Amino acid sequence: MAPPRSFLWSRRIFLTLLTGFVLIPVYVMVSSSLKPLADVTGKFRWLPSGLTIRPYIDIWSTVPLATYFMNSLIVAGAATISSVVIAVFAAYAVSRYDFRGKRVFTVTVLSTQMFPGILFLLPLFLIYVNLGNATGIALFGSRGGLILTYLTFSLPFSIWMLIGYFDSVPRDLDEAALVDGCGPLGALLRIVVPAAIPGIVAVAVYAFMTAWGEVLFASVMTNDTTRTLAVGLQGYSTLNDVYWNQIMAASLVVSVPVVAGFLLLQRYLVAGLTAGAVK
Amino acid sequence: MTTTAFKEPVRQETPGAAAREPHRRTGRLRRVSLPYLLLLPALLLELLVHLVPMAIGIVMSFKELTQFYIRDWSTAPWSGLGNYKVSVDFDAPVGNALLHSFFVTVAFTLLSVGLCWLIGTAAAIFMQDTFRGRGLLRALFLVPYALPVYAAVVTWVFMFQHDNGLVNHVLHDQLHLTGKPSFWLIGDNSFYALLTVSVWKGWPFAFLIVMAGLQNIPKELYEAAALDGAGMWQQIRRITLPSLRPVNQVLILVLFLWTFNDFNTPYVLFGKSAPEAADLISVHIYQASFVTWNFGTGSAMSVLLLLFLLVVTGLYLLFTSRGRRASADV
Repeated sequence: MAPPRSFLWSRRIFLTLLTGFVLIPVYVMVSSSLKPLADVTGKFRWLPSGLTIRPYIDIWSTVPLATYFMNSLIVAGAATISSVVIAVFAAYAVSRYDFRGKRVFTVTVLSTQMFPGILFLLPLFLIYVNLGNATGIALFGSRGGLILTYLTFSLPFSIWMLIGYFDSVPRDLDEAALVDGCGPLGALLRIVVPAAIPGIVAVAVYAFMTAWGEVLFASVMTNDTTRTLAVGLQGYSTLNDVYWNQIMAASLVVSVPVVAGFLLLQRYLVAGLTAGAVK
Repeated sequence: MTTTAFKEPVRQETPGAAAREPHRRTGRLRRVSLPYLLLLPALLLELLVHLVPMAIGIVMSFKELTQFYIRDWSTAPWSGLGNYKVSVDFDAPVGNALLHSFFVTVAFTLLSVGLCWLIGTAAAIFMQDTFRGRGLLRALFLVPYALPVYAAVVTWVFMFQHDNGLVNHVLHDQLHLTGKPSFWLIGDNSFYALLTVSVWKGWPFAFLIVMAGLQNIPKELYEAAALDGAGMWQQIRRITLPSLRPVNQVLILVLFLWTFNDFNTPYVLFGKSAPEAADLISVHIYQASFVTWNFGTGSAMSVLLLLFLLVVTGLYLLFTSRGRRASADV
């Protein structure tokens, strides 16, 4: 049945307005990153007075962007890999076994999602500082401390999504593997994990985005050498000048990896959300 | 996160452990301990980074914890309920500011979640059938969600600049709507600036979830309705929206918690201390703790916030699962 005209017109108007709303900041980011400094310090202009790639060259020397980039990559990458591995094991246990305390575990882990990050910041700050003073393990200001923190942020959501995903893999499959002599871990790695790849990819994307975009802990728990992009980008505003063209260029550079990855993998994300969240 | 709470009883009713039991009698100990071994890493991390800090946070809230005791917080003197009294003494400056921040946060959260849900649902429904350019549009719509917070929000900061921002340029220079360029990142307008950014960044998540939910609605329902003569709008009202109810219950709770607890957006938009009109609770507590160095009061405020969220979530779950049971009975 063809949709009625009223529906088509509403759709056209709504989607046009929404596209504008979504794209204007993206346009500002891209166009301003190609403007000379005079264009971004004076009145806003829709079109640059002259195109220049100068900001893209200068961003690397105004602040040590490459170092921040590397830090973010290490922290987000390590947090993603460890959180996915740990979540796979935990979700498998919850999905396939009945054991004492299962309900307590799931409820506790999942309810930590509802707590504001600020609640953990103070105590964690003190724990890391005191632990460092007592044992010499430098968690405060180190990448390790940040990785540890980030991985637990994505862990509850990852476990929750993977339980739903593993539940949708027929039990007969891994039980057959067990009968054929696979150990439980063999069944997990050979049967369940391959069948749940879309869910696992979705979880990985989510974990990476969480870590890549986190600001609160990064701003308190890093120092000059371990600073991530979230904090490092603030370096483009000095007392005298705000290099808006460089800020926009740097923002674009740090966004490209995640946006590209996300758009490539969004099909999996939707599939993962369907299985994990919507059921 | 919350679906598990609903799902759990259902799973226990299904023949699970009992059916599997006879298979392997050997290694009973291993079988019993295996799930715990699998859970161990997750459990340890949750303990270290969530549960222990939370316990410490609660202890800290009863202490007189200022910057002098940071090196060894356990030596800080006890203050009993002192921090709580200060936090909820609404006639004094600290309590008054907290109460104000709470109301700002509630108003902001309700508006932001409502708009995110509305836009996300409308976009998902409008894009349910195929039309030219749908794939491209869908990818574009996900960009705000995929962009790192600081990169996206800093762009908005630039757009909201008083002298060289796009917003004032369009509203004042091009459309002549305002008498003189307005300030967006200080004063009362900051509330609307924050709301705009939050909705811009948040609605694609609603869009994603609702799109996923739409895929689960059986096509036959629409076909049957079309045969009965229901038009497109009627189908949306009578089939699509009611079928989305379980999805919406989870979605709205998640959106609520994320928006209510959001720190990144206001922090990048306004810096360490937000203007009064947009003083969200997370930034408020951050400021109380790390800017004025009063960790005890900050902890007490955190605990109060936690209690509030527990009560709201509990009531919400109670209400929605009741609603669910009631609709199942009909």
